[in-house]
Amino acid sequence: MSLFYILLAVTLMAVVTYIPRALPIVLFRRKIKSQRITSFLYYTPYAVLGAMTFPSIIYSTGNLNYSIVGTLMALALAYFEQGLMKVALGAVLVVYLCHVCF
Amino acid sequence: MKENIRLSERNHYIGQENLIRDFKQGFKKGLPIAFGYVPVSFAFGLLAVKGGIPVWIAILISMTNLTSAGQFAGVGLIMAQATLFEITLTTFVINIRYMLMSLALAQKIVEKMPTIHRSIMAFGITDETFAVASLEDKEITFPFMMGLITGPYFGWALGTALGAILTTFLPTAVQNSMGIALYAMFIALIIPAAKKSKAVLIVIIVAIAISSAFRWIPFLNQLSQGWVIILATIVASAVGAIFFPRSEERV
Repeated sequence: MSLFYILLAVTLMAVVTYIPRALPIVLFRRKIKSQRITSFLYYTPYAVLGAMTFPSIIYSTGNLNYSIVGTLMALALAYFEQGLMKVALGAVLVVYLCHVCF
Repeated sequence: MKENIRLSERNHYIGQENLIRDFKQGFKKGLPIAFGYVPVSFAFGLLAVKGGIPVWIAILISMTNLTSAGQFAGVGLIMAQATLFEITLTTFVINIRYMLMSLALAQKIVEKMPTIHRSIMAFGITDETFAVASLEDKEITFPFMMGLITGPYFGWALGTALGAILTTFLPTAVQNSMGIALYAMFIALIIPAAKKSKAVLIVIIVAIAISSAFRWIPFLNQLSQGWVIILATIVASAVGAIFFPRSEERV
């Protein structure tokens, strides 16, 4: 893993992260008309985040059972619309307790 | 002469006295996001350094990318020695969602905002800053947006630095537990929306079904995770767009 490879990858990542953020707000000063495109775009965040989270989350802590407990905790806290930090810390904490107690 | 007019127009639009007030307002609204970012970026710094990325590069990534999912996926692919093409394409697809947010904000900001301000504030659009900005009941000004972005930006960088530096000092149990932070944050972002909309729930379920199939079914599981995310996103969003098209005013 050469430093050049990493830096090049990071630069490319930064560019393709910035472009989708900047292009629409700089170029479009009017609404997009196509309902199909706006609908597709509307659903992408949920699709991406869903696909990224499951099933990866159950392999995220080094123990399948603890991860499932953490996932349930996160689902419960999110269902009751606790903030970002509470959900993240709550899941981490419950997994940590599993690690310590069992 | 023309330039003078343009300059005075611009001063008028910024409104000197409103500059500090708007910035402060934005900053206050950004603080909860900043705190929310710390555990997640901490986990990012930890993961990156554990995977062999130098501390300074982990921090550099957070300060130049300022995105959760893209960074985690990108660093995962770097650690797997993926091709630059796969890294770029995967990160791009994961970030396509920002186009809608950027587009939605374009309708929400002060119309006369110059291109330079638009391109600067665009850098700070994240799932969370977008959510807060779009809930504002008035037009978004440049100082407000910059104030809103400031806290989360430094919270994200600081958390990364802490995670990257403290990696070696933390017990393994804590390190392993932090692995769930990112996914928990994603759950916090999608569940409230899925609760309100059946269409969103179905899109999420389709995406999860595809990513699970490509993880567990023999032969299918040969496809790398980057491509699976791309595939799942495109199929699930298309299902949403075809079966549950959204009427314009709701976007």
